[in-house]
Amino acid sequence: MERTTIDLWVGIFAAAGAAALLGLAMKVGNLTSSDIGETYTVTAAFENIGGLKPRAPVKSAGVVVGRVDAIQFDTETYEAKVTLKVDKRYPFPKDTFANIYTAGLLGEQYVGLEAGGDEASLQNGDKITHTQDAVVLEKMISQFLYNKASESNDKKETE
Amino acid sequence: MLNAIAGKLRGIGHRIIDRLWRLGAAVRFFGYTLIYSGESFRRLHLTIREIYFTGVMSLVIILVSAFFVGMVLALQGYNTLQKYGSSEAIGVLVALSLVRELGPVVTALLFAGRAGTAITAEIGLMKTTEQLSAMEMMAVSPIARVVAPRFWAGVISMPLLAALFSMVGILGGYLVAVPLIGVDHGAFWSQMQANVDFQADIVNGVIKSAVFGVACTMIALFEGFDAPPTAEGVSRATTRTVVNSSLAVLGLDFVLTSFMIS
Repeated sequence: MERTTIDLWVGIFAAAGAAALLGLAMKVGNLTSSDIGETYTVTAAFENIGGLKPRAPVKSAGVVVGRVDAIQFDTETYEAKVTLKVDKRYPFPKDTFANIYTAGLLGEQYVGLEAGGDEASLQNGDKITHTQDAVVLEKMISQFLYNKASESNDKKETE
Repeated sequence: MLNAIAGKLRGIGHRIIDRLWRLGAAVRFFGYTLIYSGESFRRLHLTIREIYFTGVMSLVIILVSAFFVGMVLALQGYNTLQKYGSSEAIGVLVALSLVRELGPVVTALLFAGRAGTAITAEIGLMKTTEQLSAMEMMAVSPIARVVAPRFWAGVISMPLLAALFSMVGILGGYLVAVPLIGVDHGAFWSQMQANVDFQADIVNGVIKSAVFGVACTMIALFEGFDAPPTAEGVSRATTRTVVNSSLAVLGLDFVLTSFMIS
């Protein structure tokens, strides 16, 4: 088959386009960092998850050890059931604490795991029983105001 | 008085019916193009030639504009972000706006201006000089020989051009943000990687640009094919190509974005 310079240029164009896509996926996107190898699944129930979203990181001591896989609402307990996928390389004790933290003051929310002292470690499908809900700013403010009000009432009564 | 109003109404009705007629013809034309597109892959050299004319020849304008768009984004973004003390987020800003919106949309607008007009003018002139009728006389379908290769060339070129646009734009933003302004190199890339999702942002951007490719090329081809065979007709068709493609791209962008964001 006869080769022409046009073929060469189209080849260069296609290769450059494919390279750009690959570059976007690898350098710009999170394709390289999102796969965390083999995982095991654990669930945790929270009364309030705040703004936690699927694919949010799961961190322990600040290191990303997994991702939030799914969030469901449990109609029997009226709690949020959060499914976490944790990297197989990081086993956690059975009495691990799961907290919902906020990165920075207004940042995104993530799940923080704090290891307990149990010798047995979490297995695939286990449930984390010790959980702490997300901090809801409105609740905190209303609590604060309520406390302030009752304090001043107490003062008045003693005066 | 009544006659004048009736005349106006008749004019409006006539125009609406005319538009619908054209729309129906465009859909039929699209269908024929798809039916005959097997031909364009069997005679691949035709399609490759058209990829050269629509894709490769558009590279210069696409890459240069991408570079400047990226640099301007970084400058503007830095101006606002540094007020909130988060100038490291500039990488995220540049990457997300390019990959999600500006890459596909600006590429499609430039493509309509650079390649769409050329397609319309070429096919319009082929029709005016009766080359298309001559093909039909020789039992060669002009849709298979002329239209389908150009259609597939446009559809293949557009996502590649949009990906190149985004990549070069991000490099332009990098050049302004890191060496010029002094944002930290590591934070620029790591924040970008943490916030740009492969599925939700990059793949959706590619889908968008493929849809824009279909729309832009189809409009250009149909306007050329439907142009009245006069000098004036071809010039009007070329103008309509740019106007209709731009409107179609912006409208489709809204529809696609609303599907993808939800």
